[in-house]
Amino acid sequence: MSIIKTENLTYTYPSGTKPSIRDVSIKIEKGEFVLITGPSGCGKTTLCRCFNGLIPHFYQGELKGEITVAGLRISEQPIYEMAKNVGLVFQNPENQLFALSVEKDVAFGLENLGVPREEMRKRVDWALNLTGIYDIRERAPHELSGGQQQRVAIASVLAMQPEIIVLDEPTSFLDPLGAKKIFEVIYDLNRKLRITVVLVEHRLDLTARYANHIIVMDDGKIALDGDPRKILGSEEARLIGVGIPKPTRLYQILQKDRVSLSNTIPLSSDEMAAMLREALKNQ
Amino acid sequence: MIEAKNVYFTYPNDVEALKGVSLTIKNGEFVAIMGENGAGKTTLVKHFNGLLKPTTGTVHIDGVNTTKVSVATLARNVGFVFQNPDHQLFSETVEEEIAFALKNFGFKEKIIKRRLTWALNLLDLTKYRKTSPFMLSGGERKRVALASVLAWNPKILMLDEPTIGQDYRQKEKLLQFILQMKAQRKTVIIVTHDVEFVAECSPRILLMRKGRIVADGEARKVLTNPEILTQASIVPPQITQIFLQLSDFQLPKEVIDVYKAREKLLNLLEAKAK
Repeated sequence: MSIIKTENLTYTYPSGTKPSIRDVSIKIEKGEFVLITGPSGCGKTTLCRCFNGLIPHFYQGELKGEITVAGLRISEQPIYEMAKNVGLVFQNPENQLFALSVEKDVAFGLENLGVPREEMRKRVDWALNLTGIYDIRERAPHELSGGQQQRVAIASVLAMQPEIIVLDEPTSFLDPLGAKKIFEVIYDLNRKLRITVVLVEHRLDLTARYANHIIVMDDGKIALDGDPRKILGSEEARLIGVGIPKPTRLYQILQKDRVSLSNTIPLSSDEMAAMLREALKNQ
Repeated sequence: MIEAKNVYFTYPNDVEALKGVSLTIKNGEFVAIMGENGAGKTTLVKHFNGLLKPTTGTVHIDGVNTTKVSVATLARNVGFVFQNPDHQLFSETVEEEIAFALKNFGFKEKIIKRRLTWALNLLDLTKYRKTSPFMLSGGERKRVALASVLAWNPKILMLDEPTIGQDYRQKEKLLQFILQMKAQRKTVIIVTHDVEFVAECSPRILLMRKGRIVADGEARKVLTNPEILTQASIVPPQITQIFLQLSDFQLPKEVIDVYKAREKLLNLLEAKAK
């Protein structure tokens, strides 16, 4: 059974004149690393808010269609029940942090779940270390830079070890090397602990390599849904305005020039470099 | 022209954010300031519109020492778009947000209308003119913040992380817009982590690390120097990464964009075929 399943999901915000998402039917399987992308304002964030019940319980408005997450029907579950299964990292970390210290923010969710003290200590330290903020654990989150706040928001969610992690442009304020390290951590948890990851991103150059499932949204609807290589290699994705990773783009262009390259569409520099190496050697 | 001479800056909490920065940015230049989190990038640009004044050293904008004039006077010439749009937006509607500064600067009603329509159009916001900025997505709010600064047509435009939350199309538009500003001899300064964006627009790059400028030069040179980039927590553009890995073939190293990459690869393949 799919861990997230929606059927004809349509949602309109209380002040909205038209639906922000329309007829969304998707299936996400346990252990997948899913990338959701599409033009700005296409409904990505709105869809993510449905995954943990913020829509409709907090935002209200009108929700039609079906959605089940981790076997639970969202409409019948309070948000705190969903929070045990789904961790959500918001786009703007300021909306998520409120405690007096980094450590307390990261521990907050665990305290609420009534996790025993020793276990809590272990998990908080684990999350602080993974995200590289152990040294600033006593600082106040609101004094930190945007990038550091994002690390705290991610640590708070990781500490909960939920079945599903939903991240909405989680590293936008981090420098490239910092962002890369965070994505590696998330990818590692995805593979080792089989945590399902749903990542909203425009920057596919940084993230495409981790995904085994891509969903492209456009104007509130699902435009493309499937295998990353197929989708990012397609003309449709480019026309919708998806930022195709540069190695993939170079591959497409060279293919038009009739350079003979292997049939596997590359998603990263490493893959493209290896492919070119073959082609250059065989000449 | 912006001239900084040996600028040191220490925040009230004793963090020394700038440690001797000297630079000159001429009118009409397009500059990207890059570097790791906490390198001092935002602190530096806040000196250009007088939001911060050097602890020691001087900053001159068009020959005027920033300590001698008010932020309000400088703001007329130097527009600054914040990293987080929520630090900037406050009006009830997008339209009011954009018109606010124009009214403050005392523009005539007719000009305000024209500028407003122009900015809304340019940033694809016309359909939201009566919407509250807080109803919009993160990427759209970012565009509202940008529109509100562009509308008053400052001579120097500073954008802190302009590509965050922007999709590919919006980035292309931003690039075209910057080129248009350049053609009008306006100075554009962006603070950014977005290596791929910088590789496409190829500005002069100032690379910062721990309060100092560690590299200053054209994009093609700076972005293809992995040692210096790593120090500043920047990853080379993906195309450059491919070429760095193929350095044992007869290929140049200084390649940052897809079209140059294609040209060089086709040349080599052709030469090999002969």
